[in-house]
Parts: sequence; structure tokens; C-alpha cells
Amino acid sequence: MAVEIPEDMELVYSYPESLTKVRTHYCPGCTHGVVHRLIAEVLDELGVRERTIGIAPVGCSVLAYYYFNMDFAEAAHGRAPAMATGIKRVSPDKVVFTYQGDGDLAAIGTAEIIHAANRGELFTTIFVNNAIYGMTGGQMAPTTLPGQVTTSSPTGRNVQTAGWPIRMAELLAELPGVAYVTRQSVLDVPAIRKAKKAIKLAFQTQLAGLGFSMVEILSTCNTNWHMTPVEALEWAKEHMVDYFPLGDTKMTDAVRALKEGK
Amino acid sequence: MAKELWEGNAAIAEAAIRAGLEAFFGYPITPQTEVLEHFSKRLPELGRVFLQAESEVASINMVYGAACAGARVMTSSSSPGVSLMQEGFSYIACSEVPAVVTNIMRGGPGLGNVQPAQGDYFQAVKSAGHGDFHMIVLAPSNVQEAIDLMVLAFDLAEKYRTIVMFVADGSIGQMMEPAEMPPMRPVRPPEERAEWALTGAQGRKPNIITSLYLGAENMERVNIRLQAKLREIEKNEVRWKEYSTEDADLLLVAFGTVGRVCQTVVREAREQGLKVGLLRPITLWPFPGQRIAALAEQVKGILTVEMNAGQMVEDVRLAVEGRCPVRFYGRMGGPIPLPDEILPELEKLNAEVGGEEE
Amino acid sequence: MARGMVIIDEDRCKGCGLCISVCPVHILKLAEGRFNAQGYPPVEVTDPEACTGCAMCATICPDVVFTVYRRKRRSAARA
Repeated sequence: MAVEIPEDMELVYSYPESLTKVRTHYCPGCTHGVVHRLIAEVLDELGVRERTIGIAPVGCSVLAYYYFNMDFAEAAHGRAPAMATGIKRVSPDKVVFTYQGDGDLAAIGTAEIIHAANRGELFTTIFVNNAIYGMTGGQMAPTTLPGQVTTSSPTGRNVQTAGWPIRMAELLAELPGVAYVTRQSVLDVPAIRKAKKAIKLAFQTQLAGLGFSMVEILSTCNTNWHMTPVEALEWAKEHMVDYFPLGDTKMTDAVRALKEGK
Repeated sequence: MAKELWEGNAAIAEAAIRAGLEAFFGYPITPQTEVLEHFSKRLPELGRVFLQAESEVASINMVYGAACAGARVMTSSSSPGVSLMQEGFSYIACSEVPAVVTNIMRGGPGLGNVQPAQGDYFQAVKSAGHGDFHMIVLAPSNVQEAIDLMVLAFDLAEKYRTIVMFVADGSIGQMMEPAEMPPMRPVRPPEERAEWALTGAQGRKPNIITSLYLGAENMERVNIRLQAKLREIEKNEVRWKEYSTEDADLLLVAFGTVGRVCQTVVREAREQGLKVGLLRPITLWPFPGQRIAALAEQVKGILTVEMNAGQMVEDVRLAVEGRCPVRFYGRMGGPIPLPDEILPELEKLNAEVGGEEE
Repeated sequence: MARGMVIIDEDRCKGCGLCISVCPVHILKLAEGRFNAQGYPPVEVTDPEACTGCAMCATICPDVVFTVYRRKRRSAARA
């Protein structure tokens, strides 16, 4: 359908080149779509789409390679950081990123992410934390909140038996190889705009060779939380942000200088 | 190039380097650690990638990643570490990227010990991971053959875009022998990586490497393609060596270190008047079953000797299909079967099949 | 005269309503009685003249449904 655009109108938002036109399989209102779009916008702005290699996880975003318009590999559950290490070490001129959920990164793949971060691997991790296993139907995740009801914590997460939710952004911040780690959210428009800036800085950190970079993104799963998309955003703001505070947990001086354009 | 004295493990590593290896990812485990140590010194010297990973799980996934990027890559380990890598083998096989894995086998099951063993035959040949696939499995019986097969391993991996496992037991890994290294092949420059590799979608459609096929028909189509490739490998790549089989009445079948011991057994048995021959499989998969079947028409009985409880003997029996008796002798957990243990087994078999000593 | 304009790729819309919740001028709603190719009621603009081109809808949309235009500033328009 052709629409006539008045001459005095300028384009302020259009479809990013780094996304394919494939419609996603995500549930209506799923914030994976927002995170995908932000990454794509950043890669467009940095002009690196044609030299970027992404790695998809196991979880709801397992099919991310259909949605990103660039070379992509599909990892085994939790192993994306090891795969990214292999790719980046033999292709140091490429831009490499992993896209991982909370089960993938903070449970089964804990060893891989910690050691990749500790080695200061020059790739970027986008860590989408929605406090639940979405794809398998809403089981308890390593980041499920205390008391949160899931299909495998039917009376609420009992921290005495199931342990506490893991704060990955804080945990990785302790490691010397890490240049930039931040926790952001996509729970409202200002937060989304900040998250995009953080994603951009993370990729710039990689491009400048400053060390490992990760953006944790608080996200929603309205389907398995049994809420509407809008209610899910509100629930996450009300409950998740308390336990998972937003902001940078690690920024080296070199990254700060990069951010400030020095 | 002249022969030099090489320790098996170092020779395996150096041969891989000569074959154009670009990256090694691995984890220390006895008795393969010298492979990793050799790489740790040589690869950085040559400006190539060496990385000691946090686990065998990570190692194989680093290999998977580097292979997806189109690099010539390998890892090495020993039995318990190889078990940890099996998830990765399955992904690599389905994704059809080339990779080489070395298993310097040790005693098992469990943590077992660090003695030489062949207890991982089933794992290598039949149960490398979940789903329907086979690895090409190469089994040298001396250091020179280890060197030659390591070079071949990379060529086969790339020719068929598949995973190649190189299995040796700890005694081959640790022994020193004179051997000749091949000349150094140039490393393939990044711009010459395969067209399917993940190199950045510059001026072309994106490449996707995955082992996920959600639809039943799609998954079956991929399986049919993989199986067709395996049949092609079975047709082209079966390798074995025969010793004194022309006139043999009894046949020994043994691989690796035991294959080497059995060469002595053939000599000693013939001195005693027993007409014994030896078939030593070099590829454990694809297995030289057709040749064994043909020999089963000629000989009166077959003795399979292994450093395990009897694993390859199942493939021998499958090949022989009752044409002649197939017996087994093995040691488990470290002891290497010696000629004076094997000879009486041959005599027993000879008596069983009604043979005479000349 | 409208300060902004959105073009909606209806067949990408899943009717999640996140855009409706953030539109500062409340001009978005889900279609009633019709569905797109995916079977969802797509988002519609009720009052195009009120659009400011702020792109908040596009910013929160998980499915890249919106293309957004904004009227150039006067000086820029003249230049």
C-alpha cells in the first residue's frame, strides 16, 4: 500500500536493515522483539552488519537467526559464550555477540559465561532476564524471584530449597577481564532508549578491543506470568527492579572515556 | 624430511600444526596433556590460536564456533573428557562443520585410571552422541601412522564437512619412536574460508549454521542427507592393513596398540606352524567389515583381541555373519595383551576349528 | 496540520497493545471486527491529525510495526 509522504515530513523511525522481514514467533507483547530491534538499530548505526556474527541460545530466542539479517550460529544450551570465543579467536576482525536468556546464561551456561568474561573475550553478550523459562512453559529460572510462582515452583520459589535468584551483572562485574557490564530494562520507553545506548556502548567496547561487555536486560514473559503485556511491564517494574537494580555494575575508565567521547 | 625421535602425543600435535591447524581449544587430562602442552608452546609461536578452556564442554563448543567460522580446528582429550564433549559432537555432526577430536583413551569406566585402554570403542564408533550420526574414527598403531592419520583427519573432516575422531590409547601417546613429519602446509588465509562459513554477510545472504529443525519432515530431510553422506564415506574411506593373510587359516583382528602387538603374534604363531594372519582396522568407522567377511570365507576362525571387554568383536561378528567362529580375548583397565597370552588363545581356536599345526 | 505521521505494517502487528499504552496523545486502538493475516486485530490510528511523530509507539513495539515521520522544523524545512 503506497502512502504519500508530505514533502515536509522527515523519516524518524524505519525498519532496521539488521533485521530480516520474517515475522517472529514470539508471543504478542514479548519484549524479545524490542531487544532484537535495539540490537539491530545499533548494528545499523555502527555500520557493522556485514561483519557481525551472532550466536543464538536455546530458549525462546532459539530462532533468533531467522530474525537477524546477518551470519548466525545456533549454540547448544548455555554454550553460546564458548562458541563466541571460538568464532572471535579465529575471526578477530568480526563483531561477535551472543543473545542469551536467563536459563541459558545463568543456569546451564554459568561456567561458560564466567570464564569467557574473565578471559576478557572481545565479544558482547545480550542477556535477557525475564525470571522464567519461557520456551518450556514457565518453569523456575535461576533468576525467578523469591516467592514467585512458576510451574516448577507451584507454591512460590522457596529460597531455602531452591536458592536465591542470581544477579549476573553484579557477579561478572567482579572479574578483571570485564570492561563493561550494565543492567537495563525494556519496561518503558525511557528505559528502552537507555537500553539502546547501553547496547551501543557494549558493541563499541568490543570494537575498541577494551574487554568483555554484557548488557543484562530486564524483560517480561506475559504468557507464563499469566498477565497482559501491559500488566507484565508493570509487574516487572514493581517486582524485578527491586531485586535486580538497574545501572552499570562495571565500567572501566577506558569504556567511560569511550562513552564520553574522549 | 629425515626421521626424528618423537613422543606420540607431541607428534600428534605437531602433525596437526603441519596440516594447517589454525586453532586448538582443550583442557588438561592425562594421558593426553602433552598434546595440549605442545600446542601451548608452538601455536602462539606461529601466530595461531591456543586456548586452555574451562572444561571439555567449553573446549568442544569453542571448536564448534571456530569450525562454524571456517577455521581448521581441533581439540584433544582422554576418555572422561571425551564423554563431556559428546553433546558437542552431536551438534557438530548435525551442523555439518569440519572438526577433529583426539581421544587418547584411558582405563574406565568412571574416572578409571590413566593406563592405556580401548574401552571407548563403542563410544567412538556407535554412541558418539544423541541422534543418528557417526564420526569418522581413525586408529593409528604407531607414531608414524599417528602423524599420517592426523593430517588425513583434517582432509577428511573438510572433504565431508564432518567430525573426525582420532583414537589412540595412552601407550601410543606416551611412546617415543623415530618418525618423519610432513612439511608445513601454509595456513589457509581467512579470505579463503569456505562459502558456507560464518565470515560476515558482506555482499551475500546471511549464512546460518544450526542443528535445529522443528518440523518432522525437515528433520527427516536433514537426516536423509546426513545418512547419504555417511554411506558415501563408507564407500570411499574404509582403511585397514593386512599382515600375512594370503594363506592364513586363522585371522587376528585388532586395532591400535593391540594391532601392533598382534604383528608379533603373527610372526611367533607362524614360527610355531600356525598359519595366522592379521587384519588391523585403521578406520574403526567406517569399519572394514566387507574385507573381514571376505576373509571369513577363507579362514577357519577369527580371534579378535582388544583392550576392553569385547567391543569391536561385535562388528567383526556382524561382518562375519556366522561364516566362521569368532572368538575374543581382551584385557581391561590398563594391561596390554601380550603375545604369550594371545598365542594360547589362537591355539585354543585352532583346536576348536579342527586345524593342525604344521 | 499533523506534526507527525505513522505508517502501520498491519500484518506484522500482534495486537499486544503496548503502543496503545504509551501513546501520549491516545490516538491508537486495536481494530474492531477485522483481523490481519496472522489473525490478530491490528492497531489503528484514530486521529491522524493529532499524531506528534514522537515515535514512542515504534520504540516499544516488539514487532517493528511502525514507520514514523515527523514534520521538519521550520528552519530546516526552508533550508
